[in-house]
Amino acid sequence: MKQSVIEFERPIAELESKLEELTELARRDKVDFSSEISNIKRKVKKMRRDIFLNLAPLQRAQLARHPMRPHTLDYIDHMTTDFLEMRGDRLFGNDKSIVGGFCNLESRTVMIIGQQKGRDTKENLARNFGMANPEGYRKAQRLMKLAEKFNRPIITLIDTKGAFPGKGAEERGQAEAIARSLLEMSRLTVPVVCVVIGEGGSGGALAIGVGNRVLMMEYSVYSVISPEGCAAILWKSADKAPEAAKALRMTAPDLLEFGIVDEVVKEPLGGAHKDFKAAASILRRALRRNLDELARMSPQELVRQRRKKFRKMGSFV
Amino acid sequence: MSWFSKVKKPLEAITSRDKIPEGIWKKCDECKAIIYGQELDNNFQVCPKCGHHHRLSARERIRLLIDEGTFQEKDGELAPNDPLKFRDSKKYKDRIAESKKKTGLNESAISGSGLMCNRPVEIAVLDFDFIGGTLGSVAGEKITRTIERSIRSRHPAIIVSSSGGARMQEGIFSLMQMAKTSSALGELDELKIPFISLLAHPVTGGVSASFAMLGDVIIAEPKALIGFAGPRVIEETIREQLPEGFQRSEFMMDHGFVDMVVPRLELKETMAKLLDHMCGAIACLLPLESKEDSTDSAKSGA
Ligand SMILES: [Zn+2]
Repeated sequence: MKQSVIEFERPIAELESKLEELTELARRDKVDFSSEISNIKRKVKKMRRDIFLNLAPLQRAQLARHPMRPHTLDYIDHMTTDFLEMRGDRLFGNDKSIVGGFCNLESRTVMIIGQQKGRDTKENLARNFGMANPEGYRKAQRLMKLAEKFNRPIITLIDTKGAFPGKGAEERGQAEAIARSLLEMSRLTVPVVCVVIGEGGSGGALAIGVGNRVLMMEYSVYSVISPEGCAAILWKSADKAPEAAKALRMTAPDLLEFGIVDEVVKEPLGGAHKDFKAAASILRRALRRNLDELARMSPQELVRQRRKKFRKMGSFV
Repeated sequence: MSWFSKVKKPLEAITSRDKIPEGIWKKCDECKAIIYGQELDNNFQVCPKCGHHHRLSARERIRLLIDEGTFQEKDGELAPNDPLKFRDSKKYKDRIAESKKKTGLNESAISGSGLMCNRPVEIAVLDFDFIGGTLGSVAGEKITRTIERSIRSRHPAIIVSSSGGARMQEGIFSLMQMAKTSSALGELDELKIPFISLLAHPVTGGVSASFAMLGDVIIAEPKALIGFAGPRVIEETIREQLPEGFQRSEFMMDHGFVDMVVPRLELKETMAKLLDHMCGAIACLLPLESKEDSTDSAKSGA
């Protein structure tokens, strides 16, 4: 599969294609390049480790929105069985930028809900680039209440640039939809585990992010505003996105340090897009562990713990 | 005072303008009339000529809504720190210092307890002049504590919003104030304690997408801009110009997201009446039948 490549991945990609050529050549001409091949393989591995150890915040943000990164439906595919998608907010329509439904995660039935981005233009248009309209958030609320009714835990997968800033979105109450989501999530009586799998963009991300546990994939980001948007407003220049990305402290290790997220979920070397299956299996284990722990809490304890968790957030003197 | 007498004064006063020191006269943003500043102040920044609502400071807002001498400020000592050590073209710390100087406030929110037409309430007010009324950790904390005071005292909560949204300089901490305040409102809701949300120009972003849109009753001042995304962002996204009045109070009311649009000078009375409707002392729990019965028996007894 032809993969799109971010700037900093290019040297790795170039070496990899050289490797491919050489392998192909060796096979065709029956020449023994094995020592060269293993040499390059070693080089690729080292280069990948070096680059990924030293990613700048903006590079991490780019990785978080890498088009080849696993999206919600990919994780659902690799982590769960018997997923049945449920659609519509029963008020206006079905927003395809948020998907959700019951499924089995290991031995549990869970409600899984997440923002869904597309991989190509056609898919992205259908999914509105993962940017939900109010009906998306209202669908999410409906499905969460459904899960609560049947005492099923809820998993949300966060991956959005933000709530859609469109005309119809405003007419149909984008602000109210997000606000209501925050309030309703805070009082759900079933376990809620939220995972930022890619881009955690602002209120549109938080709207499905009020959980008993909040996890972040290693190369995901979570921020009040995109680095580009922040640079445009505060630096008055989109070129300052690298500075803004740094200043916003939006990477998974940053948020773990701040106590905003509970856990950073490791990704395979080179990022989740290099190995969906491995990434999904690491996340599945983390989810299982968290759900096991939360299963011991009573409905009242779950509400109390979630409220207390968010009550403590803030930094002042 | 009649509307007409309010109009007359500034117009005739223009002639003597050059004799008066700077700053005493103000120009209405809407009708451009030159108005005597003191008169605008007395009118809570509502233009006496055209009724345009100019920005009102948080202190003045409290003077407007809370009975004189009854306001007790709470948590006034809370001050922002700088968790991200944020610096753009300016240091965040310097921005705070400037806003403090400009507004005389410690932060974008003032909160406290007081009486509204003799009814005890807990109130928090955002001030747009303090970094755009943005929701940082301090404002989020003050609003949450206001809601918690309501929960303890069982007095209604009033939150007045005028804000550009979350405060970028506090990054993720700012975003989380949306969840913190909304979660507290969930508890208030369960205890059936009224919450009136008052929206004053403008209310956007993380403030509209949290507590501001969660009122049992949502009141807006005339022509306030209310929405999630700002109009410029929407226009850039959809590549067309938005119609006149888009996202304004009246538009929001027509689209079902605001209960009523109320002029500033009528707010206090309206809110007090609403509080009576929601939690007044008048017994409304008696079934209608028995009320009629008692009237009947009173009649027959007479
Ligand atoms: Zn005027």
